[in-house]
Amino acid sequence: MKLLRLGHYYSHHCFLPRRRLTSTVTSIPKICIVGSGPASFYTAQHLIKTVPRVEVDIYEQLPVPFGLVRFGVAPDHPEVKNVINTFTKTAKSPQLRFVGNVTLGRDLSLKELRNAYHAVVLAYGADKDRELGLKGEQLGNVVSARRFVGWYNGLPCDTDFPVNLDVEEAAVLGHGNVALDVARLLLTPIDKLKSTDITEHALEALSRSRVRHVKVIGRRGPLQVAFTIKELREMLNLPDCITVCNPFDFETVRSAVPNLERPRRRLTELLCKAADLSPSGNVDSNSRQFHLVFFRSPLSFQPSPDVPDTVGSMQLEVNQLDEQQHAVPTGSTETVQCGLVLRSIGYRSTQADPDVPFDIDRGHIPNISGVVQPGLYVAGWLATGPIGVILSTMTQAFGVGRAVEADVSSGRVDVSQARPGHTAIGKLLNDRGVTTVSWKDWERIDAVEQSRDIYGDYPNLKLNRWVSARK
Amino acid sequence: MDEIDRECSMNGEKRNAYRILVGKTDGKRPLGRPRHRVNITYIDKDGNKIPVRGKVGDNVLYLAHRHGIDMEGACEASLACTTCHVYVHRDFLDKLPSPEEKEDDLLDLAPFLKENSRLGCQIILKKEYEGMELQLPQATRNFYVDGHKPSPH
Repeated sequence: MKLLRLGHYYSHHCFLPRRRLTSTVTSIPKICIVGSGPASFYTAQHLIKTVPRVEVDIYEQLPVPFGLVRFGVAPDHPEVKNVINTFTKTAKSPQLRFVGNVTLGRDLSLKELRNAYHAVVLAYGADKDRELGLKGEQLGNVVSARRFVGWYNGLPCDTDFPVNLDVEEAAVLGHGNVALDVARLLLTPIDKLKSTDITEHALEALSRSRVRHVKVIGRRGPLQVAFTIKELREMLNLPDCITVCNPFDFETVRSAVPNLERPRRRLTELLCKAADLSPSGNVDSNSRQFHLVFFRSPLSFQPSPDVPDTVGSMQLEVNQLDEQQHAVPTGSTETVQCGLVLRSIGYRSTQADPDVPFDIDRGHIPNISGVVQPGLYVAGWLATGPIGVILSTMTQAFGVGRAVEADVSSGRVDVSQARPGHTAIGKLLNDRGVTTVSWKDWERIDAVEQSRDIYGDYPNLKLNRWVSARK
Repeated sequence: MDEIDRECSMNGEKRNAYRILVGKTDGKRPLGRPRHRVNITYIDKDGNKIPVRGKVGDNVLYLAHRHGIDMEGACEASLACTTCHVYVHRDFLDKLPSPEEKEDDLLDLAPFLKENSRLGCQIILKKEYEGMELQLPQATRNFYVDGHKPSPH
C-alpha cells in the first residue's frame, strides 16, 4: 500500500528541471529540513516565500509534527499553540512535503541528505537534558523535568515515565520557565487542568497527587532568574497556593532595581513584591506552597528511609555571588526533605549523525547566523543553544531562511545542477523498510485525537499509541 | 440607502456591492461612510510609508494583513507572542488605552523595545486615531530577558 501511495505521489509531481530561455539553466532548488518544530516551519515558510520554485522536504523523527510546540508547551497555555495554524498552512503548500517517522543517523545519513538536496537545514532541537552528575542522582523519583513535561504532554517515549506523586515535598532544580511550568502543573487545582489537553494518564495521576509543597531551587539570586514575568505571575496568582520567599535573599536586590533594563526591572519588581507578601511566621503545612529558593546548589541525594531506592532528602550547598555574578560556595550546607526531585537545568542537543559538526562542550552546532557552510545550515535551538521562546526561534529561523536564499541567489549554493531530492531519499527509506508518515497521515491522526472528546470536558487528549491510530 | 450604508460599514466584503449599486465601480469613492473611516499609515522596517484606509473597530494587526503589510501575528491576537510589535507615533501614544498587564509582560520580551512600543493586535481603531503612524521594528536577535545579545557562535 505504501509503494502504491508513493507511485501515485510521483505521477502527480514530476520533478523535471525546467529550461529557461536564457543561457543559464537552473533546476528546481531542493532543500530539506531535519526536524519539524517552530525552527523548521518558520524556515520553510521563509524559503517558500523567497526562493523561487523551491521544494522543501521536512524529515521528522516522530510520526507527528510540531516538536516542542506540541510536547513542550504546557497544556494550560493553549494560546501559545496557535502558531500550529500557521505551520499547518505552510505544510499544506504544494511546495512542502512532510515525512514523519524518519530518524537522522538511524534511517538516513547526513551525507545521503547532502547528496540528494541542494541544501540541508538541521533543526532538530534539543531532545535530551543536562544532568548534574551527583551522588544519588540515579535514585528513584530524581527525574528529568523535560521528561515530566513529555509525560503530561503525551510524548510516547515518556508515557510510562516512572514518577511517583505520592509524596508531600517536591523540589525543582532550576530557575527557568520549564521549572515554573512543572511547579505550576504540580500545584494547580485539578479542575483547572481538566479543560486542557493534558494527557489522561497524567490528569489521573495528578488528581491523586499528594504533593503540597514545591521548592523551586536555583544556584543564584533574584537578579539572575531565567524565567519570564508571565510565568512568574501565574505562579503568584495560583489559586489556593501560598508563595514563600526568604527576604534575606532580596537584601541587595531592591537597590539595584532602578538601574535595570525594563524587562529585568519589571520582573525583579514583581519578585520583590512576592518577597514582601511572603508570610513571615509559620504557614499551615496542609496548604499548597510554592517556595522560591535562591543561592542553593545540590550536592547529593539521600535515599528515603521508608521507600527503598527512592530519594528522601537532598544536601544543598549555600552560595554567594562573586564580582562576575557567578555562584561560589560559601562552605555552608543544608539538608532539605523531598520525596520528588525534578531536574530542570537545561535541555541538551545531541549529534544525531557522525558528520554533524556538533560541539560537545557548547552543546550545539557552531554557526554564523545559521550558516555552517554553503549548503549546510542550522536553525533553532540546535543553532543557539536551548534558550529562548518561540518568538526568538522564529526570528532566528527567518534569518536562516534569508541566509539560504542569499546563498542560492548568489550561486554559493549551485542550483544549476538538478538534485534528486525526495525521489532518491524516498527510495532509500523504502529499501530500508522505514514506514514514513505523510501530512495526510498526520491529519488522520489529528482527526482521531480531536474526536476523542469523550466527556466533552476533555478536549484533545493526546494519543500515545499512534501505530493503532494510523491503521 | 441608510441600511446599505450601515451594512457596508460593518462588513467590508459588502462594500463592492455598494459601489456597484450606486454605479461607482472605479474604486475612487470612499469606502463606507466617512464618519467610520480611519486613515492610518504603516511604516515598514525599510522606512516605506504605506497609507491604509481602515475603519472604526478595525484591529491593527488584521488590517495590516489585509493590506499585505509584513506584520506577523503568530499567536493570532491571543496575547501569547510579540510578533505584532509596533512603535506608535508619539502624538497618538496617549490616545491609546493603557496596555493591560498581559500586554506589558509580553512587551518585556519584544526586541528593540521603546517607550512607544505596543502590540498591534491590541490596538482597535477609533476615530481619534485618524492620521496615526505605526512603525514596524527592525529585524532582531534579542533572546534574553535582560537584552543580552549572543555573539556569533
